[in-house]
Amino acid sequence: MSRLVIDQVTVHYPGAARGVAALQDVSLVIDPEQLVVALGPSGCGKTTLLNLIAGFLQPTSGRILLDDRLVSGPSAERGVVFQDDALLPWLNVLDNVAFGLQLRGLPGAEREATARRTLQLVDLQEFEQHPIWQLSGGMRQRVGLARGLAADPRVLLLDEPFAALDAFTREQMQELLLRLWRKTRKQIFLITHDLEEAVFLATDLILLSPRPGRVAERMKLDFGHRHANGESARSIKSDPRFIETREHVLSLVFAQREVSTT
Amino acid sequence: MTPTEMSIGDNSRSTAFASEQAPARPAGNFLLSVNTISTLTIIFLLVVWWATTTAGLIAPLFLPSPQAVLGKFWLVTTKGFMDSTLWQHLAASLGRVVCALIAAVVLAIPTGIAIGLSRIAQGVLDPLIELYRPVPPLAYLPLIVIWFGIGELSKVLLIFLAIYAPIAIATAGGVRQVSQNRLRAAQSLGATRVQLLRYVVLPSAVPDILTGIRIGLGTGWSTLVAAELVAATSGLGFMVQSAAQFLVTDVVILGIAVIAIIAFALELSLRALSRRLAPWREQGIS
Ligand SMILES: Nc1ncnc2c1ncn2[C@@H]1O[C@H](COP(=O)(O)OP(=O)(O)OP(=O)(O)O)[C@@H](O)[C@H]1O
Ligand SMILES: [Mg+2]
Repeated sequence: MSRLVIDQVTVHYPGAARGVAALQDVSLVIDPEQLVVALGPSGCGKTTLLNLIAGFLQPTSGRILLDDRLVSGPSAERGVVFQDDALLPWLNVLDNVAFGLQLRGLPGAEREATARRTLQLVDLQEFEQHPIWQLSGGMRQRVGLARGLAADPRVLLLDEPFAALDAFTREQMQELLLRLWRKTRKQIFLITHDLEEAVFLATDLILLSPRPGRVAERMKLDFGHRHANGESARSIKSDPRFIETREHVLSLVFAQREVSTT
Repeated sequence: MTPTEMSIGDNSRSTAFASEQAPARPAGNFLLSVNTISTLTIIFLLVVWWATTTAGLIAPLFLPSPQAVLGKFWLVTTKGFMDSTLWQHLAASLGRVVCALIAAVVLAIPTGIAIGLSRIAQGVLDPLIELYRPVPPLAYLPLIVIWFGIGELSKVLLIFLAIYAPIAIATAGGVRQVSQNRLRAAQSLGATRVQLLRYVVLPSAVPDILTGIRIGLGTGWSTLVAAELVAATSGLGFMVQSAAQFLVTDVVILGIAVIAIIAFALELSLRALSRRLAPWREQGIS
């Protein structure tokens, strides 16, 4: 099992306002079977952090290690699910899911079998031959998830994957993500600006604050575990402890905002 | 949208709004569609043509009647004009355009990819293409004749040059516009640089390449007449030119009509091909 270490990472974008770092001295460990959620207002560096882990971006200083090996670029061991699904419209659903395996050079039959199995996980087996533009936004996100999972990465990174979905679909997707997390035992790093989503999903919640982007709070939560163990989302979200935690996180966000505006 | 979501959403909306919105429905229900109007326009033109010529309002030397042109059509397809039948002229023209098109596609797509991907290739090739592209082919035709003589090569080369630039430019544009997230998605699935090009960049650019081919074929086809001015002995352009010299106006009109119909058919089939190969563009996905 792998361990992802983000060690005192700072990012300055070239051309950005001098002195203000997009991320400053951010340290973070993602252990096996954790579901780490980064929460923060717009512009606090969430996407920057995810791009670093994915290898799309190099830190100005600091290091990122996966199993003690330096992350130096994108690779199939770190799968990414994008907010805009980023699927390939010239491929049908099945071929999109099998794409990572195709890149790896797996023979057709084998990769299709794996892709079918993964599609079943996200409950889209009936749509395997559909072109992706015939799917709804929520279904496309599920295809994106399946594509990420089918390549069997060690870490799955998700950048606001459900932000564009309606509230109902978003809840279904959150529950799906927890089921997948439980079933595949992958470590997951997810970013969101949806407070309830963050509290519901996270085993480890990280609160980022902007200008410069840094970790303002960390907390351990267990609502995701509870759901994965069979408790219904409704009952968790109406649990006074859930509401209390959510309000607590909300007050932290507000407190931060006051600090940063004064 | 899923079929179920769509039906739920749309049904409720259409029932809620049905009473007020009925008149705002697409007007095509009781008015004519654009296609019908276009067809009617063409029929109207033909009728005017027929009426004015049959009534003797215009001398046949200036505008022969449609019947005369149809008669010539029969004559030229069976007996031929200037030693070749209409089909032979057509085949000669199409042959040149197809040769030029194949050469242009084979060379322009790699050029476009290079321009789109590499700063050096862009710096070297962009000015070359942009310099010659706006020049009318007739202007550099004499130079081509001086260099390459009056054989087939010059004609094909002229058409080739007209097709090459639009395809190269369109390909470069398509390559540059490839979505960063799609590239990143492929990279995070382990794609190498070659795989990115093969599986993401090229398919993304297909619609643009097809647009380039469509524009290129349009200009190529219109360059054809110019190309066939050069000591050709067959071809639609040649047929029209020599008919004009002998004032055989019905053959001139016949040739122009065939040239127009072929151009129209090329345009339509390329559009259909592009809809088939890149149907997602119709759905607003780039
Ligand atoms: N390519 C870039 N060049 C310069 N500055 C950038 C670049 N990308 C992001 N930034 C800056 O870095 C900061 C963090 O951006 P980032 O995209 O990581 O925020 P985010 O938390 O993902 O925001 P959102 O919730 O809106 O997606 C912002 O202030 C932004 O202006
Ligand atoms: Mg972001």
